[in-house]
Amino acid sequence: MATVAPPPSKRQKREEIERTTVQQDVTPLLATDLGSFKANFIDGDGNQMADVIEINFADASEKNVSALLNTMMGRDREEFTPYRFRIHIPGKDVVVDQYPTDLLGLLKKHGVNNPFETTITLSAEPQAVFKVQAVSRMAHKISGHGQPILCCQFSPLSSSRLATGSGDNTARIWNVDTGTPEKTLSGHTGWVMSVNWRPDGQQIATCSMDKTVRIWDPATGKSISEFKGHAKWVLGLAWEPYHLWRDGTSRLVSCSKDGTARIWVVNTGRVEHVLSGHKSSITCVRWGGIGQIYTGSQDRTIRVWDSVKGTLVQSFTAHGHWINYIALSSDFALRTGYLDHSKEIPETEEAKRAKAKERFEKAVRINGKVAERFVSASDDFTMYLWDPTNNGNKPVARLLGHQNKVNQCTFSPDGTMIASAGWDNHTKLWNARDGKFLTTLRGHVGPVFQCAWSADSRLLVTGSRDCTLKVWNVLKGALARDLPGHEDEVYAVDWAPRDGAKVASGGKDKAVRTWMN
Amino acid sequence: MPQNEYIERHRKLHGKRLDHEERTRKKAAREGHKQSENAQNLRGLRAKLYAKQRHSQKIQMRKAIKQHEERNVKGAPAENEPSNPIPSYLLDRANPTSAKALSSQIKSKRAEKAARFSVPIPKVKGISEEELFKVVKTGKKINKKGWKRVVTKPTFVGPDFTRRPVKYERFIRPMGLRYKKANVTHPTLNVTVQLPILGVKKNPSNPLYTQLGVLSKGTIIEVNVSDLGMVTASGKIAWGRYAQITNNPENDGCLNAVLLV
Repeated sequence: MATVAPPPSKRQKREEIERTTVQQDVTPLLATDLGSFKANFIDGDGNQMADVIEINFADASEKNVSALLNTMMGRDREEFTPYRFRIHIPGKDVVVDQYPTDLLGLLKKHGVNNPFETTITLSAEPQAVFKVQAVSRMAHKISGHGQPILCCQFSPLSSSRLATGSGDNTARIWNVDTGTPEKTLSGHTGWVMSVNWRPDGQQIATCSMDKTVRIWDPATGKSISEFKGHAKWVLGLAWEPYHLWRDGTSRLVSCSKDGTARIWVVNTGRVEHVLSGHKSSITCVRWGGIGQIYTGSQDRTIRVWDSVKGTLVQSFTAHGHWINYIALSSDFALRTGYLDHSKEIPETEEAKRAKAKERFEKAVRINGKVAERFVSASDDFTMYLWDPTNNGNKPVARLLGHQNKVNQCTFSPDGTMIASAGWDNHTKLWNARDGKFLTTLRGHVGPVFQCAWSADSRLLVTGSRDCTLKVWNVLKGALARDLPGHEDEVYAVDWAPRDGAKVASGGKDKAVRTWMN
Repeated sequence: MPQNEYIERHRKLHGKRLDHEERTRKKAAREGHKQSENAQNLRGLRAKLYAKQRHSQKIQMRKAIKQHEERNVKGAPAENEPSNPIPSYLLDRANPTSAKALSSQIKSKRAEKAARFSVPIPKVKGISEEELFKVVKTGKKINKKGWKRVVTKPTFVGPDFTRRPVKYERFIRPMGLRYKKANVTHPTLNVTVQLPILGVKKNPSNPLYTQLGVLSKGTIIEVNVSDLGMVTASGKIAWGRYAQITNNPENDGCLNAVLLV
């Protein structure tokens, strides 16, 4: 334990009394001599990043510490990555997520009276180098659809193109810069339930209540092919990740109310595999970066299939009610393929594949091992975090806390956090590594339907039935902007993934709204 | 129209006619012939009235036939798409408009608690007691007293109403001015339905009139809405709702009201 200072002698006590009677302001005397502490930096996996170093309390602001760490890692000024720190209180098991302005005060509050003697561990999380501004105003309100808008997605190539699907049986492409409609993709005879851009942005796939899936060329607006085969409504789609393409063609998996998922070969239009086994409607399907397809269904199970052979690999039964949504930790990387926030596009096909693969692996690497995790949100008010490669059939963590059905969950683009939107009007944030609860974002007055992350993982936008969107600052856990403007329920939101200064939302009032800073 | 149960009383005391069953059977058998004779031979106003009555009868018949047909068909019911486009996560779920029903129910509860109805007719010209009551003198010759009153406006008395002993009755509500049903209009759906009255909640002129059950313009009455099939958000069937009378029933002979939602 720390050595205790000897009690003050008679002379010292007398001097103290004199000082208090004469000198009113004693505190500045202490302020200059705050002392220093020893800091030990660890990264997300728990490995030490740099040597233990002594830092003055007076200089210990988060920015300064981040700059110090960068210098210790030997980086140049231009290569600095901003870090966020979480403080592990020595001697206790408490981890403080928010870096406080008064570090000494925080340590004293937790009972650490002599920080000079102990080493304080700071775990550093690298933040994205670019910073996305919070959107604050409605840029455009574009009407054109005749029925409520059911889904929307920005093109991975550029944020100036947006595709939306609606109940008027069409999907439309909008030019977001000018706020005008560009192309109308008509051909479906039922509501368009989901619209998905291919990871390289060259094609759009839509699935509809008329049991078909269609592929469109966004440049011309014409339908390239139509896939028929499902027996009931097609509810969801997923493209094959860019780095997994074989034979020069892309593949697509679609899930339907008839309980089957079908893998289509896009160029030929034929079904490659039919993944049947679920006993009830499949609500969500995802194609993972290691070649596995995840399907979640109303029969309370999640099945993992091998995409090459079309066979069942694993089945997870833990939920008590319907699975509403599955989110992969590599979702963001797979959605955009080889397109990242920098403006460079690789030249050759091989280079594109390699870059897409590298981005994917960077997103899912934990402790140096490629482990793709996913979280499933269900009607039984809980979510489970699964890690099939490491943990097999058992979930990593159970995310409890919602008081009503959980509608959607998403991983943040940097893979550190999970956001979940539920019917209890709350959005909750969880740590993606171990599934621990971080904070609740309260503010909506109606069920929150969808949430979308900004590309730098600092902001989250949520859309709800109460006709508003809210932008949250996840670092502070507080509301950044309130975006009213919709006249009716908001069904779909998306944040532009590449140059992310735009948010698009669509809902029951049939007009697409785009929001900018 | 029988005003009391003397027909039933006679039947209970003396039984039915000996050939009652045969007569009713034969009358029912003649029904078809009678109907066609009427349809072909009635003229003028009677024809129009008959045609109208027959039309409503036929509508009911067709509905019954359709229901029977549906009962006979066996098989999986056709999966129908919900009428309004909704995204995939809202399919197979309970109707989201129940949220609006809940909010309107909460709002109406709050309005009641505050004892302020936001009613369609907020102000009403009151009815004076002179206008409402007519003095009825009782007693013989010299000892005529005028403490009885007759209500001259339409009233509602309730299903199990029995008059006080006539000697002690102070307010007389004539049977001819009693109403049991009201033509209630739903303000947003724009349908008018005849609904039985459950009670008089408040007459804006005078609390005495509320107690007597006087129905005048602006009176809040409670009606039985089980016919409308309204369900509260908690799943209970709504069967009593307030309505406000919108016409002067003493002048029109009928009672029109608008439902307060």
